[in-house]
Amino acid sequence: MFAYILRRLWQMLPTMAGVVVLVFLLFNWVGGDPSYLLAGKMADAHAIAGIRAQLGLDQPWYVQLGIFVKQILTFDFGNAWSTGEPVAHILTSRLGPSLTVLVPLTVLETVIGIALALAVAFVRGSLTDRIVMIACTVGMSISILVYIIVFQYGLAYQLGLFPVQGWGEGFWENLLRYATLPILIGLAVSLAPTLRLFRSFVLDEAGQDYVRTARAKGLPERRIVWVHVLRNAAIPIITYVMANLPALLIGAFLLERFFGIPGIGREVILAVERSDFPVIKAITVYVAAATMVFNLLADLMYQAVDPRVKLA
Amino acid sequence: MTGRTMQAGAAALKAQTSPGLWTLAWRRLRADRVAMASLAVVLLFLLSVVLSATGLVAADWEDEVAVNYAPPTFIGPDPALSALAQPQRPAPPNAFDPLAADIAVLKAQLAREGHAVQKPKRATLPFGADKWGHDVIKKTIKGGQTSIVVGLVAAFVAVALGTLFGALSGFYGGLVDDAFNWFYSVFTSIPSILMILAVAAVLQTRGVASIVLILGLTGWTGPYRLIRAEYIKHKAREYVMAADAIGASNWRKMFSHILPNVSHVALVQMSILVVGFIKAEVILSFLGFGVPVGTVSWGSMLNEAQNELILGKWWQLTAAASAMALLVTAFSLFADALRDALDPKLK
Repeated sequence: MFAYILRRLWQMLPTMAGVVVLVFLLFNWVGGDPSYLLAGKMADAHAIAGIRAQLGLDQPWYVQLGIFVKQILTFDFGNAWSTGEPVAHILTSRLGPSLTVLVPLTVLETVIGIALALAVAFVRGSLTDRIVMIACTVGMSISILVYIIVFQYGLAYQLGLFPVQGWGEGFWENLLRYATLPILIGLAVSLAPTLRLFRSFVLDEAGQDYVRTARAKGLPERRIVWVHVLRNAAIPIITYVMANLPALLIGAFLLERFFGIPGIGREVILAVERSDFPVIKAITVYVAAATMVFNLLADLMYQAVDPRVKLA
Repeated sequence: MTGRTMQAGAAALKAQTSPGLWTLAWRRLRADRVAMASLAVVLLFLLSVVLSATGLVAADWEDEVAVNYAPPTFIGPDPALSALAQPQRPAPPNAFDPLAADIAVLKAQLAREGHAVQKPKRATLPFGADKWGHDVIKKTIKGGQTSIVVGLVAAFVAVALGTLFGALSGFYGGLVDDAFNWFYSVFTSIPSILMILAVAAVLQTRGVASIVLILGLTGWTGPYRLIRAEYIKHKAREYVMAADAIGASNWRKMFSHILPNVSHVALVQMSILVVGFIKAEVILSFLGFGVPVGTVSWGSMLNEAQNELILGKWWQLTAAASAMALLVTAFSLFADALRDALDPKLK
């Protein structure tokens, strides 16, 4: 097991190197020279040269790449261009609010998604099944923007059930007061695609021989679905949930922006608006690393769920 | 073999030839009522894109034909706004205005060119007006043009890139395959929305072309994986070996022998990507990273509508949101049906 993890981590290195080079090329070569932007409107040649020296832009490209790699390894990206706040502090302080929204959202989405998928697959082909599937397709077609605008206006602004936006200090206050509506909206948006996907995972299993055997030996349908089918459908479900976690960190940016939640996603939007390259670079590299680590975690969880899977 | 003998041969063989993949797929689609209905809706939207692109429809969407925020006709005019509906009366002459003579000359010139005839603004429109008095229906058609064209072109770019990379990777294998797989794993380890935002941050120019570029360059990974698998499967087939035996070049084997046999995968991928890209364009334009100022898209309409809703003007939001929902529903249902029709084993 330990050797397997070590080898997987070793195999991540080329991919990680690719991500670093891609981000480096994107921001240092396609992005052009940021010193004109930083120097402001009334810049003289001396000030620009000073900024270039400070950012290391007057060095050859391999030195610049070296600086970037060192920044990643030491977790020190300097200060954000727009606010002067250290990038490392931005990353650590924005993670908490993001997770306050994302962890409950993911847990609820997965649990409700699995329960509904099993229920719908149980009556597959019936009118209920078809209506639910069509409702899912229609629900997925409405832009997430419309959900947020309408829910925020209706439930928070008009009915006053939730605060329109904001963020407090205490964890429970945030979770129970400010994060509730964003979580509900996130659930409304993500449940339809999740349900469709989980249903197809469950249906793939429902035609298998072991299901017929279980039925032949007289097990109640409820036990077949909830114990036998669920355990086998768990593998693709784990892949999906785990692979999506890091992407969700960014994917919730619209919720964070609309509700004024100081999370990672909102920080990305602000950084793009202000052309704050160090922040975007740092977030991109670390989210890519997190994606790879979570893929590894998913593979490790397979073995826990299904002893037939041999990690070698 | 000349064309004439080929025709004769085809006529003779007609009794025995079995229908091809596309004929069969079309027959399956025809039998599917949901698919045909959604195809009709999609074609209707495409027709509106063509008409508005050629200027036959909604070319005058920027005319301020109604009062600001004119409500839809079925609600009736808003009494608070009716004062605005009258043409503006000219200000009384000011004896001390030093520019009076110049302005009189300019006004006379405008009158000669026909600008001075200010039409009375309408108090209501079939589906209301926006902040400037633009007709919301025309604006939705024009916005749809931008969003749909971006979705189609970007999906084409993404699928073309994915097909090219997948073909090279699957056909050659070995080092080429390793290189493309490495590239693929690099791209997939960055979440696509983050990739899109990062590229948007770097490309300082806002424009339709740059959104197409952003979406196209980041969306090739899905088609790549599927097309690569198809090429690995097909390159060992007998017809490719036969082509090899008669001395066809690698390029010819890849693109004139194998490609037609895997093109249905590319088509299905493209129809799936169009839906995703239309949604992505709307979000990008909403955030202001998409279409430039002065171009209307469904995303920029939603951006305006967000503030209008607080004032109680819900019609622009409803128009843009329902047009988009209708198109995306129809397109996804059609994409599902297309996949089932082209690959019946998948079901």
